[in-house]
Amino acid sequence: MKKTVFLGALTVAGLAAGVAGAATLDDVKARGKLNCGVTTGLVGFAAPDANGEWTGFDVGVCRAVAAAVLGDPKAVEFVPTTGKTRFTALASGEVDLLARNTTWTFSRDVDLKFTFVGVNYYDGQGFMIPKALGVSSAKELDGATVCIQTGTTTELNLADYFRKNNMNYEPVPIETNAEAQQQFLAGACDVYTTDASGLAATRATFENPGDYVLLPEIISKEPLGPLVRHGDDEWADITMWTLNALISAEELGVTSANASDMGAEAGNNPEINRLLGTEGSLGAMFGLSDDWAKNAILAGGNYGELFEKNIGENTPIGLARGLNAQWTEGGLIYSPPFR
Amino acid sequence: MTTLTDPPAESFKLSMLVYDTRYRSITFQILALVAVLLLFGWLTMNTAQNLNDLGKEPSFSFLGESAGYDINQRLIDYSSQSTHLRAAFVGLLNTLLVAAMGCATATVIGVIVGVLRLSGNWLVARLMTVYVEMFRNVPVLMWIVLCMAILIEAMPPPSAFRGDDPDATMKLFDSVAITNRGVYIPEPLFSRSLGDFHVGAAFDVSINLIAILIVLGASIFVARGIARRADAKQEATGLRPRTWHTRLAVIVLPTVVLLAILGFHLGYPELKGFNFAGGTYMRNSLIALWLALSLYTAAFIAEIVRAGILAISSGQTEAAAALGLRNNRIMSLVVLPQAMRVIIPPLISQYLNLTKNSSLAIAVGYMDITGTLMGITLNQTGRELETVLLGMLVYLAISLIISGVMNWYNNRVKLVER
Repeated sequence: MKKTVFLGALTVAGLAAGVAGAATLDDVKARGKLNCGVTTGLVGFAAPDANGEWTGFDVGVCRAVAAAVLGDPKAVEFVPTTGKTRFTALASGEVDLLARNTTWTFSRDVDLKFTFVGVNYYDGQGFMIPKALGVSSAKELDGATVCIQTGTTTELNLADYFRKNNMNYEPVPIETNAEAQQQFLAGACDVYTTDASGLAATRATFENPGDYVLLPEIISKEPLGPLVRHGDDEWADITMWTLNALISAEELGVTSANASDMGAEAGNNPEINRLLGTEGSLGAMFGLSDDWAKNAILAGGNYGELFEKNIGENTPIGLARGLNAQWTEGGLIYSPPFR
Repeated sequence: MTTLTDPPAESFKLSMLVYDTRYRSITFQILALVAVLLLFGWLTMNTAQNLNDLGKEPSFSFLGESAGYDINQRLIDYSSQSTHLRAAFVGLLNTLLVAAMGCATATVIGVIVGVLRLSGNWLVARLMTVYVEMFRNVPVLMWIVLCMAILIEAMPPPSAFRGDDPDATMKLFDSVAITNRGVYIPEPLFSRSLGDFHVGAAFDVSINLIAILIVLGASIFVARGIARRADAKQEATGLRPRTWHTRLAVIVLPTVVLLAILGFHLGYPELKGFNFAGGTYMRNSLIALWLALSLYTAAFIAEIVRAGILAISSGQTEAAAALGLRNNRIMSLVVLPQAMRVIIPPLISQYLNLTKNSSLAIAVGYMDITGTLMGITLNQTGRELETVLLGMLVYLAISLIISGVMNWYNNRVKLVER
């Protein structure tokens, strides 16, 4: 009996692991669809809209990669994952790319065997609390009940922060953002903690967003970015340079409005020409067409357009560019040159 | 004249393995066994190979590393600096706690509902039918989530207890606080505590608790001795001496004296800062999971009890009634003891189901072993295969222990046939 269970477990794991290791680019091309892991729903980053279409900042990355590889930004199968299931989904090959507010950390990169292909949002962990409680600093949270998404780096940061400041707290572990929202709004927890961008996005969906405040403390560095499995460098390159293409496009002034015109014939800026495939053939170097970057930019716009459209200051989420401005404007967003 | 000839000497031919009915079944069994072993062998090799390719050789060394996360409900000392192994153990104890509470409650509710469903009272019997059909035909996960949602939405938050004219007040002479985070009840405290007893470096056991259990156990043993003496006297003389008051005194007095010596008093919950402090805190997640699992399993147990009772022929009931026994005594002295034989074997599997269903705890954020070892630890260390295997072993062990104990009990109560 024991043996059967043991072997049964091996079976499951064996079947799950069986798909890993193949060339992802070929798989995606053969399938004609990109499987992209996203959140189960975080407005602004990845959530289905009223028509059931996935939209958001992370979704934009998925669509750009699909456009670069397959030429069609709609050729994406979105796989909603929770904080707990996301890594298994990626490691087992269920998704080709994970674009799910995932923090780039040493152990995830090295021990969990993933490759982070860049950072699309520089974030930090914050706290949201009802105004009525009259708390103005995270240092006053001793004894509070804290809602937290389980299986995240925020869980570890929270433990560290309260230990460092010699405070007690009561963690309420929760699987998804929606459940956390329910418990937080009902007052079953005093504080909700996750990445500050996630808090802003969640607050934007509340009936009375003004009744809740984000505390000033940001207790961690959370560089969020898309990631792929270890061991397929070609696929990692494609996703990394698609993200870089979006960033470079903003820096060079290429937008979804003018990319078609600029890409029609070579202009006088050689870097734009190389990016859009009118000069040299960068795309062919990793097995894509020469207009891969143009397709990626046309999919949803350059990095700045994606930001403004999904989470920028004119959206309900209202995030300022801050650290996520281009390096030329004092931010950290920086792409290596296309050459 | 008859000639006796020897039967032809049988020589074994390979084809007989298939065509001879004496060997055929064995041949096919061996073939099937080999095929199954080959299949499992291939799967094992494939797994090992794939994990190797990923650079993730199976290893259990992560269990000794610091866990880094906090757990809200802990029955033993635990901090974020403790190891993953200890976190798993905290989870295991939480699993056992909710399973034990659930099995006990489910049995009580199940027996009552099962008996009442056979009641002659039309309304009561129909109400019980509705209960049973509602609970056993909806997945238990829905009940767990529903219980949690009701607790969160219907109860007042701790902040409602604040102020001069609060919206909510504590119940039962200010000793119990019911909030949407859980229920705070008074906790037992000892002003002259005997301290803790250290088992190795890992566990502390309260000596107070051990002392109370020993005294209580000894008292019960003495009380049963008194009852046996009364039985013997009744059988010899036909008159039963009145012993209930001495038995009660033997059970209660020593324990009360011990509690007085230890300086027993209750610690009441008090609103302090964000939450209530002091008292014993039963979290919503525990209550929701416990309630839902108990009510769900009780519906099945009720049906088992009903079937058990119906299996006893009505002649037994009628004979007991003819002897002048009242209805409730007929049930407890004649019908239920016999029905037990039918009830216990399926009851075992209900206990196992309840224990295994407790792994749905994460739906309400209850940190059982699925939540710690196969949840957060799995996620933080990326050791899917190892943690899931360990978790399965744990559930297997718990289930085997439960069924072992219940089988032992079943052997005790089953009909002894000559």
